[in-house]
Amino acid sequence: MTQFLQTLFDGVTVGCLYALIALGYTMVYGILKFINFAHSDVFALGVWLSITIASWLGIGATGQPTPAWYMGLLVLMGAMVICGLVGFTIERVAYKPLRKAPRLNVLITAIGVSLLLQNLGQQKFTFGPYPKSFPTLMESSSLFSVSGVQVRLSDVAVIGTAVVLMAALQYLIYHTKLGSAMRAVSFNTRNASLMGINVDRVISFTFIVGTMLAAAAGFLYGLKYEGQAKQTADSMWVMLGLKAFVAAVVGGIGNVRGAVLGGLLIGLIEFFGVAYLSSQYRDAYVFAILILVLLLKPEGVLGKATVEKV
Amino acid sequence: MNRLIDHTRQLSPPRWTVLPRAVWPLLAGVVVALIAYYLVGPNISGFSSKLMLIAGTNIILAVSLTVVNGFTGQFSMGHAGFMAVGGYISATITYYGSIKLLGTAEFAGGALSWTGSGAHAGPFIGKGDLIFVASCIMGGLGSAAAGYIVGLPSLRLRGDYLAIVTLGFGEIVRVLLQGTPDQVQPWKASQAVDTPWYELLIKLGGPKGFNLLPTYTTLFWVYLFVVLTLIVCYRLKTSSSGRAFLSIREDEVAAQAMGVDVTKYKVRAFVIASFFAGLAGGLYAMDIGAINAGDLGFQKSFDFIIMVVLGGMGSISGATLAAIILTLLPEVLRDLPPVWPAGLVLLGIMAVVQAVRKHWHVKSLVGVGIGTIVLEGARQFCLSQGINIADFRLILYALLLIVMMIARPQGLFGIREVWELFGRKKKAVGSGQ
Repeated sequence: MTQFLQTLFDGVTVGCLYALIALGYTMVYGILKFINFAHSDVFALGVWLSITIASWLGIGATGQPTPAWYMGLLVLMGAMVICGLVGFTIERVAYKPLRKAPRLNVLITAIGVSLLLQNLGQQKFTFGPYPKSFPTLMESSSLFSVSGVQVRLSDVAVIGTAVVLMAALQYLIYHTKLGSAMRAVSFNTRNASLMGINVDRVISFTFIVGTMLAAAAGFLYGLKYEGQAKQTADSMWVMLGLKAFVAAVVGGIGNVRGAVLGGLLIGLIEFFGVAYLSSQYRDAYVFAILILVLLLKPEGVLGKATVEKV
Repeated sequence: MNRLIDHTRQLSPPRWTVLPRAVWPLLAGVVVALIAYYLVGPNISGFSSKLMLIAGTNIILAVSLTVVNGFTGQFSMGHAGFMAVGGYISATITYYGSIKLLGTAEFAGGALSWTGSGAHAGPFIGKGDLIFVASCIMGGLGSAAAGYIVGLPSLRLRGDYLAIVTLGFGEIVRVLLQGTPDQVQPWKASQAVDTPWYELLIKLGGPKGFNLLPTYTTLFWVYLFVVLTLIVCYRLKTSSSGRAFLSIREDEVAAQAMGVDVTKYKVRAFVIASFFAGLAGGLYAMDIGAINAGDLGFQKSFDFIIMVVLGGMGSISGATLAAIILTLLPEVLRDLPPVWPAGLVLLGIMAVVQAVRKHWHVKSLVGVGIGTIVLEGARQFCLSQGINIADFRLILYALLLIVMMIARPQGLFGIREVWELFGRKKKAVGSGQ
């Protein structure tokens, strides 16, 4: 029972991270209809920016006490803002000139941007070519335990921040003018522009929001796994991003609530597979679920089936 | 009616040419391969011939991916997965087959597979060579079977979803291969002789990879298969199947309306492409003497997609050239030679092509000129400041990719072959517009 609850808890925590990254994939796909392969690298950038900002603020130096709670928030905000700027730049420089090009070209450009971010990130003048450990921002001892499940402060922070961000996104998309513009562009770009919506601005904004969420996920990832943050060109980041992308597809790509549901689903499947079947095939469970969902319900759990018109 | 049959008979080429027409690709392949092996190989450095080997396997992979991504317009992101399937099958057959049949996993090839230094003392074609070639073809067939299975979902899925399924397939193949038990080491070959074959077949090395394979792949074998692949794919493009592929790419619904069995041809494209990918996997494994599924993830698949898109969607010569360029580019960037000669040559070729086609496109010429000047200036700056360009080669590679996609989205040759560029605006094979 304890193992079941512990797995459930871990699955939900990591599922929240997947959901945050998946939101970026799904929002970009919803509007531009292409898979933004550079998103996983923005996530890695979020982790590394958090480390760098924390060290600027003097957190994590030896002999320092655990920093005040608002320092963590400061790091999170800093990482989100810088990543948002990076996302804006990427969209303007690399993707905007290709608005009318075949989607495959945009995809290759995304791969190029991804390679660029990976290799820029591990230069000597940026983050360096060696793994670093994430600074301690919170007490790592367990906060309380429920029937044997150890709940740490960082886990609570991960789930709490993720829920707050998702709620904010939900509000942004369904209750603001900008959100309805985003939905309109996603529904039909041409008609939206005829209705006087500045499509380019909406797309830029979507990228900014998506990359900020990825940066937040990066920060929370560092909070949860304090150990070693691998260098930016390590394939672990792409793998994590790919799983988040699978989450977006499983939930129904282009659907914001689907991304959250898919993230939780993928997190739970991964952790239950590891706990009860075998840890060797960890990545295979995720992709097997992906193929299963695509074969049975290609539009995803919450996606709407589209009818192709001639 | 009879007259019609007679008329058709007259139109078809004479019987006696059937055999030559069927055999000449093989002959051409053998000739090119012999030239590569005996004339080119000994006269270049060991590093260059290694690069030539890698370029050859990359050509096979890029051209075979062109069949799916370029001709048929489907989007496969699992090409490295097919390569892994074929590579592991042929590695298994070569390694354990050698142990079972010859008693040892040592090299047992003839002069054509000899990679060691000095002259080869053994026969021209050894027993090991036969096992190796058979294993490569078996690898191709196994991979084609996998391609059939993966191609089937394309009944229901299109576009991005198919791409994601192929990506998932590649990753699952990788994870499953990495979960296999350790291989039987060569020094335990004598014990392995008595082990039943079905116990050997799953011992593929797991996360450590399948190592210490005998190295049979030489310039001869690689370029034999390169030429065969090129000819088969070009003939495919101009055949009725090829026209069906191209029609699916241009408009699936219209193709279906014209009576093209869309499903059948999509699956066929997948099967053909994965056959060659599997073959190349075998060549790759026996070239470096090891194969590791960890290296053959989706990032490897991206390499081939980049080659296809850079070459132009559906251009065999374009994919070939892109495969060569992208194999050499990271090495060239390691020690960047002067840029301006390449820029001048490129400008010259573009000017000649545009002059022949009487279709001047000044903007592209100016663009290439400015690009050359900027690159050369940056190079001179780095040299004068003592900055090592090799540190930034992967950044340069990524930048080139982005700039290329923005500046020339249709790839090097678009959908044309290189020789079609010189025709006066003649319609290309399969040009849709």
